[in-house]
Amino acid sequence: MKTYTFTEKIDTRSGFGDGLTELGQSNENVVALCADLTGSLKMNAFQNNHPERFFQIGIAEANMMGIAAGLTIGGKIPFTGTFANFSTGRVYDQIRQSIAYSHKNVKICASHAGVTLGEDGATHQILEDIGLMKMLPGMTVINTCDYNQTKAATIAIADYNGPVYLRFGRPKVPNFTDENQSFNVGEGLVLSPGKDVSIIATGHLVWEALEAAKALHDQGISAEIIDIHTIKPLDEKLVIESAKKTGAVVSCEEHNFLGGLGESISRTLAMHHPTPQEFVATKDTFGESGTPAQLMDKYGLNASSIVSAANRVLVRKK
Amino acid sequence: MNTIQQLENTVQQVRRDILRMVHKVNSGHPGGSLGCAEFFVVLFKEIMNYKTDFEMDGVGEDLFFLSNGHISPVYYSVLARSGFFPVKELQTFRLLDSRLQGHPTTHEKLPGVRIASGSLGQGMSVALGAAAAKKLNQDNSLIYSLHGDGELQEGQNWEAILYAGSKGVENLIATIDVNGKQIDGSTDDVLYMGDLQEKFQAFGWKVITIKNGNDISSIIDGLNQAKKETNNGKPICVLLHTEMGNGVDFMMHTHAWHGKAPNDEQLSTALTQNPETLGDY
Repeated sequence: MKTYTFTEKIDTRSGFGDGLTELGQSNENVVALCADLTGSLKMNAFQNNHPERFFQIGIAEANMMGIAAGLTIGGKIPFTGTFANFSTGRVYDQIRQSIAYSHKNVKICASHAGVTLGEDGATHQILEDIGLMKMLPGMTVINTCDYNQTKAATIAIADYNGPVYLRFGRPKVPNFTDENQSFNVGEGLVLSPGKDVSIIATGHLVWEALEAAKALHDQGISAEIIDIHTIKPLDEKLVIESAKKTGAVVSCEEHNFLGGLGESISRTLAMHHPTPQEFVATKDTFGESGTPAQLMDKYGLNASSIVSAANRVLVRKK
Repeated sequence: MNTIQQLENTVQQVRRDILRMVHKVNSGHPGGSLGCAEFFVVLFKEIMNYKTDFEMDGVGEDLFFLSNGHISPVYYSVLARSGFFPVKELQTFRLLDSRLQGHPTTHEKLPGVRIASGSLGQGMSVALGAAAAKKLNQDNSLIYSLHGDGELQEGQNWEAILYAGSKGVENLIATIDVNGKQIDGSTDDVLYMGDLQEKFQAFGWKVITIKNGNDISSIIDGLNQAKKETNNGKPICVLLHTEMGNGVDFMMHTHAWHGKAPNDEQLSTALTQNPETLGDY
């Protein structure tokens, strides 16, 4: 089992902000748009450094998505920034027609995804956005796990042609991936090899999966931990190989079990290598107010829930 | 420069194209298409500077965005007759595997089209983005867009109208096809929108009204005036008053032909009123 350490907890949204700041220096075609959440999205530095390339749209997300689509006509690479809820559900038809169907090179960058947004409650805690976005033909869907990965992903998608949904979050979480990592869209990462069960996680749940692996190790269970930062296109080869090796899968995500990473894994395995699977995800419910830790606990989105799910799936494994 | 008669001839051929296209597939939107035939012909033949060797980014070219995508027949006809793609391709309108989808799209890579439209209310935002890209690229060419009057009932327009006025977007000429009709009846009956000129002005726009939006000279004058008003700190709105179904007597003065194709007999009558000028596709 490979173990990971971290020196500090940082929010993934800061990874986005710092990545965008670097892009501002390195790529003059990168432009940024925000709907009155510049501070929350950590876009201040880009705004200060490049005021001519920063568009304050006001509280008008539909207009923001359309303007972003238009900016691509002329070679700009727009990064939109607002909360995940307002980046997807509020503007689904605008994204569908003006960005996805029109295949515009827009990077939809979405913070405060999932229940870890916390106290603001369910109106702001979208748990359906991965499903909404992955169903759009041609849309790439990325959900990063820590600061370093979010920063690397932000920089990488500027050179990746086509619409991208980049999902990250609000709370400070362990920053454990390599500072100098190369980010390859569509590439799943085996963080720790194992042979008994495949724990395939995305976003904030990746760290929880690594914590679960330690507890499972103490129970004599060897868990393979896979970080899927790109939910679409899914690294199907890696998922199938791991499922063939272990014969049992636990999928983990801060998202509804309908429409999320887990279902993408299920579809892949149903077609290529049917495998028992348990889902660590919210179960067709809205969130509520509370601290991020309380909500992760209440909705079963932590290491102990992953351990339980692993034990359940191992019972089903033949 | 074309003479008025040459432009009239083109309009008449475009009318024939529209009628024959929607008749063949027994679907599509002839009413608004006919009402805007003069506008499209003037825009593409007299007003805009563009290359027919199509490039998506359109650097150095004037760009046009159709927001009310259901009037695709007039758009396709004028694009074809302006040299963007072969005129005979008009016969594939709405057929399987065609680049001429029911509503315009970039998906099939039809030259001349830069954004999908059909779901209403999105085109002005896209036009604003393209206008911003022009400014960043220090490209002095202009952005043109067309919107239905009924389409203004979609809220996203008002986000865009507020933004354009507030930010002083000065390289955009957005034309509203004021035909006063929509699917369920007159725009006044469906959802009265008040005085559009006052509304746009209140949002910080310069408004130019073309009272007879089916008169070629009036459209040329109005759009040339609009061009002169650009780069003056304000977005330009052209209120183009048109007659839905213009040029076919039984399609005028009613909303009935918004989204209905003529039958064989009706097509024959309509074509008789608009004899062939440039050759049918």
